[in-house]
Amino acid sequence: MSDAKQYDVVVIGSGPGGLAAAISAKKTGADRVLIIERDVEPGGILLQCIHNGFGVEVFKQDLPGPAYAQRFIDEAFQVGVEFMLDTMVLEITRERRITAVSRKHGFVELQARAVVLAMGCRERTRAQIRLPGHRPAGVYTAGTAQRWVNVEGYMPGKRFVILGSGDIGMIMARRLTYEGAKVERVLEVMPYLSGLTRNYVQCLLDNDIELQLRHTVRRILGKNRVEAVEAVAVDEQMNYIPGTEEIIPCDTLLLSVGLIPENELSRQAGVAIDPITGGPFVDDSFQTSVPGIFSAGNVVHVYDLVDWVTEAGLTAGKSAARLVRSGLAAGDGPALPLKAGENVRYVVPHTLRPDHLADGDIRVQLRVRQPLERPVWVELRSGDKLLHRKGEPYARPGEMITLPVRPNLMDELKAAGELTVAVVAR
Amino acid sequence: MKSYDVIIIGGGVVGCMTARALSRYRLDVLLIEKESDIGMGASSANSAIIHAGHDPIPGTLKAEMNRLGNPMWDQLSRDLDIPFKRTGAYVVAVGPEEQAALEGLLQRGRENRVECEIISGEEMRRREPKVNPEVSGALYTPTAGLVDTFAACLAPLENAVMNGVEVMTETEFQGFIRSGRQITGIHTNRGDIACRWVINAAGVHSDEVMHLAGEREDFHITPRKGEYLILDGAEFKLDNILFPVPSAVSKGILVLGSTHGNVVVGPNSVADPDKEDTAVTPAGLEEVWSGARKLVPELNPRAVIAVFAGLRATGNAPTRAPGVTYSHDFIIEIAQEVDGLINLAGIESPGLTSAPAIAERVVELLRGAGETMQEKPDWNPIRRARPRFSQLSRQEQAELVRRDPRYGRVVCRCETVTEGEIVAEIHAPVPARTYDAIKRRTWTGTGRCQGAFDLPRVVDILSRELGIPVTEVTKKGRGSAFLVRPTKEVEA
Repeated sequence: MSDAKQYDVVVIGSGPGGLAAAISAKKTGADRVLIIERDVEPGGILLQCIHNGFGVEVFKQDLPGPAYAQRFIDEAFQVGVEFMLDTMVLEITRERRITAVSRKHGFVELQARAVVLAMGCRERTRAQIRLPGHRPAGVYTAGTAQRWVNVEGYMPGKRFVILGSGDIGMIMARRLTYEGAKVERVLEVMPYLSGLTRNYVQCLLDNDIELQLRHTVRRILGKNRVEAVEAVAVDEQMNYIPGTEEIIPCDTLLLSVGLIPENELSRQAGVAIDPITGGPFVDDSFQTSVPGIFSAGNVVHVYDLVDWVTEAGLTAGKSAARLVRSGLAAGDGPALPLKAGENVRYVVPHTLRPDHLADGDIRVQLRVRQPLERPVWVELRSGDKLLHRKGEPYARPGEMITLPVRPNLMDELKAAGELTVAVVAR
Repeated sequence: MKSYDVIIIGGGVVGCMTARALSRYRLDVLLIEKESDIGMGASSANSAIIHAGHDPIPGTLKAEMNRLGNPMWDQLSRDLDIPFKRTGAYVVAVGPEEQAALEGLLQRGRENRVECEIISGEEMRRREPKVNPEVSGALYTPTAGLVDTFAACLAPLENAVMNGVEVMTETEFQGFIRSGRQITGIHTNRGDIACRWVINAAGVHSDEVMHLAGEREDFHITPRKGEYLILDGAEFKLDNILFPVPSAVSKGILVLGSTHGNVVVGPNSVADPDKEDTAVTPAGLEEVWSGARKLVPELNPRAVIAVFAGLRATGNAPTRAPGVTYSHDFIIEIAQEVDGLINLAGIESPGLTSAPAIAERVVELLRGAGETMQEKPDWNPIRRARPRFSQLSRQEQAELVRRDPRYGRVVCRCETVTEGEIVAEIHAPVPARTYDAIKRRTWTGTGRCQGAFDLPRVVDILSRELGIPVTEVTKKGRGSAFLVRPTKEVEA
């Protein structure tokens, strides 16, 4: 169909990453900017995050999720971003042709000069952790329960066990307690917390909810509705330790066992995906392996803070607008590969263009493999040469580390080859 | 008391196929199912294979029904719009011992009059490059196929309903009403229902049903559990059905690309006296995984998106044919101890393949017992499936959305299922009234996110369309509600 509607920038998803990308694209010179959102209103998962903790970095204010989202929604409407809500994108091609469908707009074909992928992430499920037992009602991801309680206004159970110490799980432990439910326990298979320490303190400790590290659910009991779970301790190799089995009566098991970037559309478009992050390989402008297709936020890698998602969105939107304006792909100078070094699980972006430092800092973000509960250096190296380092009081897999690369490093970087980032004890 | 000519106990594939076969005749037929939906037992928790028929012991009812059932699926799938592919299947041998066993299988296949041949390891690797590179040879059976197992229950029953058969779910058989030898009705949890004939298609419970009539008290079903893993077709693709060389008790842990594009591995075979125990076990999953890796070493554990278990209705009925020694045969017969009962029992694999042949055998048994079996002049053998948005071309999708905008709202992202499809299933001839019923019919919630996105939305749609509060929407019937109360409401 040649009568496809033309847009400068089409953003897929209206969560914090998508909103920021659309706003910044519009503000930096893209003319027609459209957000396509599958839900009936914009804001993404923030709409069900009614707890506070959003905006501390961006606004220096501690806001609840919907309030944080509303600031960007208002701004998007103000600057003239168009919205297509309650609409599902079915396909994106390498040539940035988009097929979408909705109850209101029917079947839609669009042509974009640049696309920003901002589909966010989804929760890992029971099957991915191969949880045995029956398949009764009462096993939900923490996010599904969050939607029910906070958006729809219904309680999915009375007595809960939460598997996984992810942030949503801990936040839901508190929320459910406030709604009169009993949260029996949070079980975490790893020897360390997978979410933020502040959530452990505010959500679990403050509400007397027990966290058991190195424990998991061995099986689910109950045929129609969950009646209990069998918890068990695991050893260093993740094997069950016989004799530690414990039946915990409950009617609901919530899973907070990790998030996976949602990249089915990206794959369709031919975007190369990093098997470690589950998100696209990106350069420092958040352009993917397919020219003209950018990505921002949790679709790239799962962030700890929404503020950082917003900042990634701002960068991606600006880069998309630059491409539209100048026809210049974001990559103007040579790109240096950026690799994960000692005790680093992954680092984003995957490549870095020293030229871009002319526009300001480039934010390098990473997660460590193993916790180091003492002061560390986060080091940027080229071969054996240390280019830049930053101190941190500790390093934990659950907490993303940011290493800003400053413009004053431009000349040194231009002379460098492959870059690595390492996290070592001080 | 409402009165029927025939009551079928059990809405599995055997019951549903029998209902359809009987719907052709001037009979008042009722099918009862104790669960909230049909096809909730072994019929939808199996390998989905229409077996070629090389495997059963020659002379058994299993061999006969398999041979008769297999060729019926072409016409059935066309008439009833059941997804079905004749893919062929391979029994893969690794090493000299298994290679030798292939010869025995070939022999047995020929005795069963099933088309089969042995191909070389090299040829097997050419046809399926992902197979274990150490494969020494394979038995190829071209007439094997794959079917959508739930459609194999739903489609014939819908067709039966179109032709006048009635269906009651959440209706549990509790005993026979008799007048002397003659069965005159049944007791159920919903009251007594009169009938002249009862057809026992009660799956794993078929032994208990016949015992209530005093029939074959030495017959027992000891279910054998089979556990399965499903791999995301987007992550790992496979186009063939690969069996290992079978053991004495089962056809072994196989690997197959399903009609739906996913890859299914399983089942193991574990005796389990609990007839309702479909729980998946850690040891079982481990066994399945290592068994499957023997056939396809590169299976990727990260691609696993679901696990499930089914129970085979393994009975201990000896084959009655002279000269055949086999003790796990089907029972397809009129009861001896009472009048008005037909038992279809011990129907484990190849039960799915055999179901349409078993249904025809029921017609013959009734005719043989003196029923006139007059055909309805207006019997309509054709049933069409409702549209599946994800399987339409872009143009057809656009057309469907124009006609009914509800097909424009995608409720399940991973499987691209729309609100229009879900609403249509809720109001279909055999209606979906639970989340799992929607899931089985539309594949909603079966993809990568396993329902995390669609679940609250489907619960809302069910509540709206059925006119019930969301707190009464269930996963699979009584006792399986998703939500307990509104927030801000103090518990009593």
